[in-house]
Amino acid sequence: MSNDGPTPLERFVQGIIPENPVLRQVLGICPTLAVTNTMEGAMTMTGAVLFVLACANVLISLIRGMLKPHLRILVFTLTIAAFVTVADRLLAAFMYDMSKQLGPYIPLIIVNCIIIARCEICAAKQGVWTAFSDAVGQSLGFGLALGCIATVREVLGFGTWFGKWLGWHVIPASIPTDVWSPWVIMVLPPGAFLTLGLLLGATNWMTARTKKA
Amino acid sequence: MDYLATILLLAISTALINNMVFHFFVGNCPFIGVSRKLDTAFGMGAAVTFVTTIAALLSWLITWAVLAPGAPLTTWVWHLIRPDAKGVVDLSILNYVVYIFVIAWAVQLVEMYVRKFFPALYKAFGVFLPLITTNCVILFVCLEIMKHVPSAGDVPDPWGLDKALIYAFCAGLGFLIAIVIMAGMREEIEHCDVPKPLQGPGITLIMAGILSLAFLGFTGMDSNLAKILKPAPTPAPEIKAAPPPAS
Repeated sequence: MSNDGPTPLERFVQGIIPENPVLRQVLGICPTLAVTNTMEGAMTMTGAVLFVLACANVLISLIRGMLKPHLRILVFTLTIAAFVTVADRLLAAFMYDMSKQLGPYIPLIIVNCIIIARCEICAAKQGVWTAFSDAVGQSLGFGLALGCIATVREVLGFGTWFGKWLGWHVIPASIPTDVWSPWVIMVLPPGAFLTLGLLLGATNWMTARTKKA
Repeated sequence: MDYLATILLLAISTALINNMVFHFFVGNCPFIGVSRKLDTAFGMGAAVTFVTTIAALLSWLITWAVLAPGAPLTTWVWHLIRPDAKGVVDLSILNYVVYIFVIAWAVQLVEMYVRKFFPALYKAFGVFLPLITTNCVILFVCLEIMKHVPSAGDVPDPWGLDKALIYAFCAGLGFLIAIVIMAGMREEIEHCDVPKPLQGPGITLIMAGILSLAFLGFTGMDSNLAKILKPAPTPAPEIKAAPPPAS
């Protein structure tokens, strides 16, 4: 059972670019848009998704022999909910500021389509190691997409990159405001939609170009 | 009158100003996936509104009676088991698991109801109904309500059942408005010559961005409306004289 389908390495590589959950499959849009106005939020979200996805995938893969088809989705959701509770409590304990900033979006990982899709596609059919490497690959792909969006939004919106953690000013604060001033719209919701839309367009364009070449 | 004004303000700020899709980004998956046709979009929005309201009713009751810190039912049961127990009983760690269970149950209920009484509607969005379980709007509403359920803990702005229900209904309504507008636009854009890479989700997201820009225009509407509806509601300049209300 664990021998058919892609190997762990293939799963891992596929998650990052070829089957990137955000850019290719367009799943999990809610956190992608909501937490990407700063790099810190994006990276914390990625960490939480990595934790939840890895734990849920491994557990589902271990119990895959016992799953009944009609109860499958319910089992997935409850497993994910349990691990999200753990992740939420951990964040509240060790990174209180981030937990406050991300607010309801950490519990909303429960209904993130990426995780249920991975449980369904990979973990319910394949072995533990494949499921684990799939989880890591998909989370890295998720993190990559979030990082791209957050970089655009934070640099244009605040002029910083990892502003709170590292304090890097990509665009020096000394530039006079009539030359360049932060684009407030990038921090607000419309910026998220526009950035992701254009990023999807750019991904499709590059895919089409590589295929032609 | 004061009560009515509060309710109206809550409704407007939930449905328009803090629109679920354009402000909180929840429910984006169906917003992009199911907004191709106007009638399916309307069906989806209506189903979400309905499920959200039911889930909000259940989750408010369960949170208030069982899950919140010092909830009456749990305390009563706990004191039956351990009559000499002290301290506040708190089951709020179970919140997420219970909410997702409640939502799954409510979706099942709606599915059965629609299949029995509206077969045509069931055919139109039968596929999407199970997907509502993973619609972020519903869980988001449950989580917001969780923060406002009156309990033994420190709740800044406690909501009764009435406010919770209105919040949930208007959140669903906001989603309905958003997805219907989007479906109308997408039906038109079918006839346009969209650049190839942007076709599908790309152009939809860009349109959503522009729409969300338009919805930003509602910002500040609530405070102005509050001024009209509640003329001079004690602006409280003498803070040191008035003792804070014991809530």
